[in-house]
Amino acid sequence: MAEKWLWMLMPWRGCWSSRGKRDGQEEERHVRANDRDYNDKFPYADNHIKTSKYNVFTFLPINLFEQFQRVANTYFLVLLILQLIPEISSLSWVTTTVPLVLVLVITAVKDATDDYFRYKSDQQVNNRQSQVLRGNLQNEKWMNVCVGDIVKLENNQFVAADTLLLSSSEPYGLCYIETAELDGETNLKVRQALTVTSDLGADIAKLADFNGEVICEPPNNKLDRFTGTLYWRDNKYPLDNEKMLLRGCVLRNTDWCFGMVIFAGLQTKLMQNCGRTKFKRTSIDKLMNTLVLWIFGFLVCMGVILAIGNTIWEQKVGRSFSVYLLWDEPIRNNNVVFSGFLTFWSYIIILNTMVPISLYLSVEVIRLGHSYFINWDRKMYYIQRDTPAEARTTTLNEELGQVEFIFSDKTGTLTQNIMVFNKCSINGKSYGDVYDEFGHKVEITERTACVDFSFNPLSDRKFRFHDSSLVEAVKIEEPSVQEFFRLLALCHTVMPEEKNEGDLVYQAQSPDEGALVTAARNFGFVFRSRTPETVTLYEMGTAVNYQLLAILDFNNVRKRMSVIVRNPAGHIKLYCKGADTIIFDRLDPSNQDLMNTTSEHLYEFAGEGLRTLALAYKDLDENVLEEWMKRLLYASTVIENREEGLADLYEEIETGLMLLGATAVEDKLQEGVPETIACLTLANIKIWVLTGDKLETAMNIGYSCNMLRDDMSEVFIISGHTSSEVLQQLRSAKEHILGLSRVSSTADVEKTDEFSDDSVFEETIIAEYALIINGHSLAHALEPDLEQVLLETACLCKTVICCRVTPMQKAQVVELVKTNKMAVTLAIGDGANDVSMIKTAHIGVGISGQEGMQAVLASDYSFAQFRYLQRLLLVHGRWSYFRMCNFLFYFFYKNFAFTVVHFWFGFFCGFSAQTVYDQWFITLFNIVYTSLPVLAMGLFDQDVNEANSHRFPSLYRPGQLNLLFNKRQFFLCTLQGMGTSFLLFFIPYGAFCLAVSDDGSHISDQQAFAVTIATSLVIVVSIQIGLDTYYWTAVNHVFVWGSLAVYFAILFAMHSDGLFSIFPSHFPFIGTGRNCLTQKSVWLVIMLTTVACVMPGLAVRFLKTDLYPTLTDKVRCLQQASRKLRPQEQNLRRVRRTSSRRSAYAFSHQQGYGELITSGKNMKVTASTAGPSPPLSPSSPGRVHNSRSLIESTLKRKGETPVACVSAEAYGTSGTSEGNTRTQQTLMD
Amino acid sequence: MMASNYNAKEEYGHQPGATGHGGAGTMTNKKPDNTAFKQQRLPAWQPILTAGAVLPAFFVIGLIFIPIGVGLFVTSNNIKEFAIDYTGVDMSSPCYNCSQSYSWNSTKSCTCSVPFALDQPFESNVFMYYGLSNFYQNHRRYVKSRDDSQLNGDKTSLQSPSKECEPYRSSDNKPIAPCGAIANSLFNDTLELYYIDPNGSRTAIPLVKKGIAWWTDKHVKFRNPSGNNNNLTVVFQGTSKPVNWRKAVYELDPSDSDNNGFINEDFIVWMRTAALPTFRKLYRIIQKKANNLTPTLPRGEYILEVTYNYPVRSFNGRKRMILSTISWMGGKNPFLGIAYITVGSVCFCLGLVLLSIHYRYGKRNNSAEISS
Repeated sequence: MAEKWLWMLMPWRGCWSSRGKRDGQEEERHVRANDRDYNDKFPYADNHIKTSKYNVFTFLPINLFEQFQRVANTYFLVLLILQLIPEISSLSWVTTTVPLVLVLVITAVKDATDDYFRYKSDQQVNNRQSQVLRGNLQNEKWMNVCVGDIVKLENNQFVAADTLLLSSSEPYGLCYIETAELDGETNLKVRQALTVTSDLGADIAKLADFNGEVICEPPNNKLDRFTGTLYWRDNKYPLDNEKMLLRGCVLRNTDWCFGMVIFAGLQTKLMQNCGRTKFKRTSIDKLMNTLVLWIFGFLVCMGVILAIGNTIWEQKVGRSFSVYLLWDEPIRNNNVVFSGFLTFWSYIIILNTMVPISLYLSVEVIRLGHSYFINWDRKMYYIQRDTPAEARTTTLNEELGQVEFIFSDKTGTLTQNIMVFNKCSINGKSYGDVYDEFGHKVEITERTACVDFSFNPLSDRKFRFHDSSLVEAVKIEEPSVQEFFRLLALCHTVMPEEKNEGDLVYQAQSPDEGALVTAARNFGFVFRSRTPETVTLYEMGTAVNYQLLAILDFNNVRKRMSVIVRNPAGHIKLYCKGADTIIFDRLDPSNQDLMNTTSEHLYEFAGEGLRTLALAYKDLDENVLEEWMKRLLYASTVIENREEGLADLYEEIETGLMLLGATAVEDKLQEGVPETIACLTLANIKIWVLTGDKLETAMNIGYSCNMLRDDMSEVFIISGHTSSEVLQQLRSAKEHILGLSRVSSTADVEKTDEFSDDSVFEETIIAEYALIINGHSLAHALEPDLEQVLLETACLCKTVICCRVTPMQKAQVVELVKTNKMAVTLAIGDGANDVSMIKTAHIGVGISGQEGMQAVLASDYSFAQFRYLQRLLLVHGRWSYFRMCNFLFYFFYKNFAFTVVHFWFGFFCGFSAQTVYDQWFITLFNIVYTSLPVLAMGLFDQDVNEANSHRFPSLYRPGQLNLLFNKRQFFLCTLQGMGTSFLLFFIPYGAFCLAVSDDGSHISDQQAFAVTIATSLVIVVSIQIGLDTYYWTAVNHVFVWGSLAVYFAILFAMHSDGLFSIFPSHFPFIGTGRNCLTQKSVWLVIMLTTVACVMPGLAVRFLKTDLYPTLTDKVRCLQQASRKLRPQEQNLRRVRRTSSRRSAYAFSHQQGYGELITSGKNMKVTASTAGPSPPLSPSSPGRVHNSRSLIESTLKRKGETPVACVSAEAYGTSGTSEGNTRTQQTLMD
Repeated sequence: MMASNYNAKEEYGHQPGATGHGGAGTMTNKKPDNTAFKQQRLPAWQPILTAGAVLPAFFVIGLIFIPIGVGLFVTSNNIKEFAIDYTGVDMSSPCYNCSQSYSWNSTKSCTCSVPFALDQPFESNVFMYYGLSNFYQNHRRYVKSRDDSQLNGDKTSLQSPSKECEPYRSSDNKPIAPCGAIANSLFNDTLELYYIDPNGSRTAIPLVKKGIAWWTDKHVKFRNPSGNNNNLTVVFQGTSKPVNWRKAVYELDPSDSDNNGFINEDFIVWMRTAALPTFRKLYRIIQKKANNLTPTLPRGEYILEVTYNYPVRSFNGRKRMILSTISWMGGKNPFLGIAYITVGSVCFCLGLVLLSIHYRYGKRNNSAEISS
């Protein structure tokens, strides 16, 4: 019962609490198509989505209940209740009520607006249209779609619910979907309907009669799994995930399809996956909570001291003073200890302002402001995609100033995931560079003239190439160049799509391949269409039909792919492209010279960070081929060791190749990535790249974005296959680093000492290492017994790259660092595979890029370009941290100065919990008199301007070391506050002992005393904030002076005759302001107190900046000096390009596509296909079945975790030994 | 939250074609405004605590404070003040007997004469204070034990005083007026001053009892009920006098209707509670004589006649009578002068120390050092 009540109260607890319950009920789902009555018997969720928490009536109770779950609010409520007890109420209940109500109202308004927007977006989703079969097709809102309905989807439409694919416009019931919203993968996926249902086609009558029943698993969140059975016409058909269209997918390249809704609304897999994001808290938050606890402790201590004082006082003095002041009933009857007990609570009440309610509210406001500044920043706005940066959470801003580790995804984050055919080497001649008339290389920019491809009507207009000599070579029909592009046009697994004549679109399985085929297309070798047996090219405008004899598919071991074709003239050729090392091993010896020149070119290309590929061909003899084909046919039918047999056969024919040249594809980096990384590295932030890509690709990118450099002492590659191997490799790497640095450290000591903290670029002196670890090794290294070694080694290295990493491992790596290094971590990524690490890290940043929005949705901050990270951290993060620290420092100081005065007064008022101030002053001090100046400081303050924040990345260091606000700083600020309160009390005390006004009447009364101290306090804290503010905008001026003015205005208003005559018992201070503040002596006291309170702090601060200036102080001086002159130019060193040889057969390629093509199952029969189209092979049932298993096996292979790649390891070890020798050489030098 | 997320990405997904065709023109422009506020470029004054700014501040403060302090000190020293303790703790003290027998309700009043001598003549107006020590007028229960509405002449409060007044709220089932502990403990010693002529005759010194309270207190904060000061006896009918009082509130000064009842100035002065346990309150003013030639209080012998009603011995309290002249800064107060001199000289010395530290050890910051 209680649970139900709780559930009613908190419906927003979301799907999972309800899910848990329903799981228990629903063990199996029965859905019958087109049978509403049957399906309604079960409590299946409809497609209506509700994520808003409240409605008009439940808002108040629920919201209040929620708010009082916060400790702070409850604490103040308890205080309020205490204040209602007359025996202990030392303050009127108003003093707590006013701020508490204010806080509650502001929070409630914020919650209400949030919820309203949620409600609106719910409405928008729910009202989306979709076509539902209800006798006939009709449009329905999404929320009215029910389980068991048959819906029709059209191309580019979103799937409304999890549906079972019944039939589609494509042959074999195939349909293509994009699952970017679900898993972040942009490549199309194939789904295929059951044959029996695909026969239904688009026949509405048949579909309306369809009454199959699906029995399947209950709702769950596994995106890649589905098990169920379809019962129809007394037959059973097994169902799996390959027949499901999940909510959130988009239908592509398929005109229409029909599906049957299985899960709807909150029970869809997408919704089940939207787990509530963990509530992240900043370290300052945690520190603040600790400090608040400390303050409570301190408060209790003071309360106890004062209570003991009260007990003693009542015993010694109060007992005899009872002539004039009778004891209250309870004390009279019992004893003085009880009086002490009551006093304790009274003091708790008056001293509670040490932790003011407004602290939490102010912190929230400041963070919100900082978030808005991030949202408003034009320098983080990406114009191409019209995306401004977005702070999706408002609670983490200051942590952005403390980041020590960045975990970055590669594809889409560092790179644009766009491949551009950039250069090539053909027959020993390098193309792609542009030279001016003097033969100097011209840097290619946006404005460099592009090659004109107008001769080719089929060219892709987006393709840009700058070296016109290559076009000339094509035009004069140079054979090697022609052969080069012919190879590119033939040897691939790309699927063409030609909707209109000449409007070619390539469906490339990997972007590299797409880039190469597009290049060939533009240079006049247009790949136009293919069938399982043929490939049609348009070579310089004429159609040429090649017979495709075999595709020797790519895999990770072979690192190459080949095709064997017969050209119209009947010649048989093998075209091969692959990693240069692999190809060079298989060349005919006559190619030696060409190989050397090409090799040189490859070095050059790789040095520029390009992904290279070597191309070769071979003429084949008809007889040889025939014999080989027979063996191939045989090998492909054997069941055991088929793969090995095929590999051997491929190996056999791919020998004696003739080198054609090499291609260089640029994996386009996002703009400014190397510069950003360099800058962040200077800010002492360690950047780890975690990528699902292959080792070579990852390293390639590592080099091109300057994380790996040739001048690094050593690059360690960990690629062991067993725990012990991995441990061994990690250990040796660690020993190597430690051993070497011990040697060099003696030499470096003096150097580093000399430059110690002053040197901004000190980090560059120390020897640099890099660690690259492979996915399977990482799996071992993340085991509990190895993870410490991994962490230690990795932290010794400047650069860490993990490749072939699964999303889970990404999260594990982040978790490892997060838990063991006590450092703030930031994860940045753009795809669904980054979601786990984004959620795990302290701060998650999503790149709102092309790979769907999953990462952005899980992230705390999002923007369009990696390079904005620099601004986010170095400017916004640093400012936020600085502001928050300054704010907290001042806030605690202010409240201690304000509150501890009561403690001192306690010793002079018989420990009776009498307040020093007017009650109204206590009520208003934090929320009116001092709130705005400190808010203005927390929002607008800047120690160093943004240009200098970029220019001196070392300014970021204090945040990482947590220097600006920590326990020591807190101790200092409380000390300062207590010192101030001491002076605030005792100087007026000394003066008021004997004080008499200038008309002889006494002014040493309590009210005058209160006004004097209060006025001094307000002036002192105002001056203090003036000293703490580095950046005085107009707003600061208005707030500071305005607060002072408001103080005096309110003071005189409260002490006025008018208010007193209305509420005589609430404004007893009538006339005090007038009588007191007209006295010269009072002002002399205030002046003295102010100076005495402010000067010591000022002296200390001056000494600190004068003797031990921090970098910030220096930069500030510089900034001021330069402002007087003129703004200086930025002098950040330009980032060097590396020139290292990287062999990179860097295909993000998957095996199995060749097979798919030769089977012909992914080819469409569309009349519009241009060019000669061979008759489609008759589709016998056996063939269909075969093809299905083929697709399945392909998909299965794709689903697998990355296959171990042996040669990559070999490559890695060779790389290590290479590195070893290099280091040894440097050592010898 | 989930739906909003979902929705957001759908909107994103709905323009797959737009990216290809560069449909920027049709898209809503989300580019943030280029305002100084939003871009955090508000013009600002950025002060730096340089030696040039901080050190002069110390010197200036020192140079201002020391003269003020000296001035205050001198002024304070020129003020004549005479205090005499008449509590009667010692056996030798004239009021010893009176102090021994304390009882609120004793009908016969005890008087004692305290002789004293003034070494210097007191010029100008002289103010007469009574001082109490160890008297906790600032105790929380004491401070709150009053009813300002009642004192302001509110009739309902007169009949049913605020609960805060407990246990001095009612006696004999009649509400107490004025209620509360403060009123109940009204200082009720009577002090009279006599000058002993050299020839031995006593001259009573005229003591002015009006004008000792704040104007606001007398005219705004305290009011008799019904505003009519003439027949207070009727007005206060049905109320009871505070238990410690010998006479009712309307009998405080029957001779002067403007100083009777709640607006009696002695009462008002007492009701303004002191901040500290040792305090003085203005009792009477001795006005300057019309002829300026003789001082207000010439040097010589005086007698203080005390009607000793107010017991303080039980809680180790002390009672004093203080005579004082005043200046522009009020009464004698050496603390302020000394404090000013101290703070001023500390600032000045600190300035010197900082200056020397700055020149000897200070790191002169300049750009050359940073961009090494």
